[in-house]
Amino acid sequence: MHFKHWSLNKKTPLFEKHIDAKAKMVDFHGWSMPINYGSQILEHEEVRKGCGIFDVSHMTILDFKGPDVKHFIRTLIANDVDKLKEDCEGLYSAMLNEGAGVIDDLIAYKMEFGYRLVVNCATREENLKWISSKSSGFNVKIKEREDLSMIAVQGPKSLKILKDLGFHSVSSLESKKRGQGVYKDDVMAVKTGYTGEKGFEVILPNGQSQLFWDSALKIGASPIGLAARDTLRLEAGMNLYGFEMNESISPLECNMARTVSWLDEERNFIGKGALSKILRENKYHELVGILLNERTILRQGQKLYLDEEKKLEGVVTSGTYSPTLKKPIALARLPRENTKICFAESRGKLIQAKIGSPKFINEGKEVFKERR
Amino acid sequence: MTDLTKEIRYLPTHEWGRIDEDGVLTVGISDQAQGLLGDIVFIELPEIGSYIDAEEESAIVESVKAASDIYAPLSGEVIEINEKLLDEPETVNTSPLQEGWFYKIRITSTEGFESLMTEEEYQIFCEEE
Repeated sequence: MHFKHWSLNKKTPLFEKHIDAKAKMVDFHGWSMPINYGSQILEHEEVRKGCGIFDVSHMTILDFKGPDVKHFIRTLIANDVDKLKEDCEGLYSAMLNEGAGVIDDLIAYKMEFGYRLVVNCATREENLKWISSKSSGFNVKIKEREDLSMIAVQGPKSLKILKDLGFHSVSSLESKKRGQGVYKDDVMAVKTGYTGEKGFEVILPNGQSQLFWDSALKIGASPIGLAARDTLRLEAGMNLYGFEMNESISPLECNMARTVSWLDEERNFIGKGALSKILRENKYHELVGILLNERTILRQGQKLYLDEEKKLEGVVTSGTYSPTLKKPIALARLPRENTKICFAESRGKLIQAKIGSPKFINEGKEVFKERR
Repeated sequence: MTDLTKEIRYLPTHEWGRIDEDGVLTVGISDQAQGLLGDIVFIELPEIGSYIDAEEESAIVESVKAASDIYAPLSGEVIEINEKLLDEPETVNTSPLQEGWFYKIRITSTEGFESLMTEEEYQIFCEEE
């Protein structure tokens, strides 16, 4: 066996479990992670119809406490944690730089002790530097929780799996709304996910993750790799950092306008001034969904044109094959022209694609709305 | 002259060729290639009657991950294509060397075929790559 290409990478507490399940392991931003356990398409279908479990322990969990914690988080991110009414409730937000570019997208949870942010592993170093530099002057303590694992349980049968596992507080979890959750003895479960299905993200101590994983598999959950995670999130129209967004893309251009809170006019979040200016100038592009009736996949970085003369152009941010629709789909950033179709060059030909909402599938059903 | 019937040879670009019957070369991609590509979702095949030059791409295989051009080990005229692959491209993932063949060409000479990589040489090539 050849372990050399990933032996230097960081391993999650579930590493051995992936090897046992014959996962194909890849380097993912310094972590050794399962890309698939055989077929990414079968794994994708399993999440749409049954229940899949994902090891997402590579994600960075940051806990914040201290007298200034709420003020600090309200300054740090563009959404407003003042909306969060109960513990374990979270919201999706962008963390912006002064120019209103997205440094990262994250989920911020209100916790008994303060706030918890779950941020991307790809941007971990930059995030930590940024957050620590911005925290000066605030009385807050920041702690990275490397002692915690994270497992996503996703699909129409996900609640049944948690029930059969005898998960704590599962009945109170059942009645929660999306974005809310339960917390007990450092084990947290929230109704949220990255697949467009009903499901949960479970954060638990590293020492408990193997038992949780094994037990879930034993009662019928399937392990799902990063490749299916990507096609699932793309069908659901969810952003991936480095694709739909980066430090020079504002939330307006990556379908995150609604995650920016303007309710409290007094609140000065980082990037607010620059974002107001971009709004006033009104020249920003928008994120759209693209559906293709051709036998080829659009790829990240590929140019799209709104006219056959190629005067107005945009770019594919993520493209893939949709296992649910059995067609190529993509997310793309285009000038806001409200045109119904766009063009792409493929193998020397100009091909046509439909433009619509940046969302294709929700809970197993097609929700893509073509422009008419 | 060596009898090359049923002999399989590989290209460094991971295609295989096999002389299944006299003067006919069947072309496909290797097990390693399908493994590297992952789930295959689209395949474009050449037209029957067209002439394939071994130096030029002859087909396209596209997986969720990437698109890849396919080259033939020898030049010749396309006499049969595996139409099953158009609707069931996953056949290449499940049976790359048998049911997942791409096309057959009529070859006029086997010149150069013998010097391509044998199964054993190809396995060593893949390990070193």
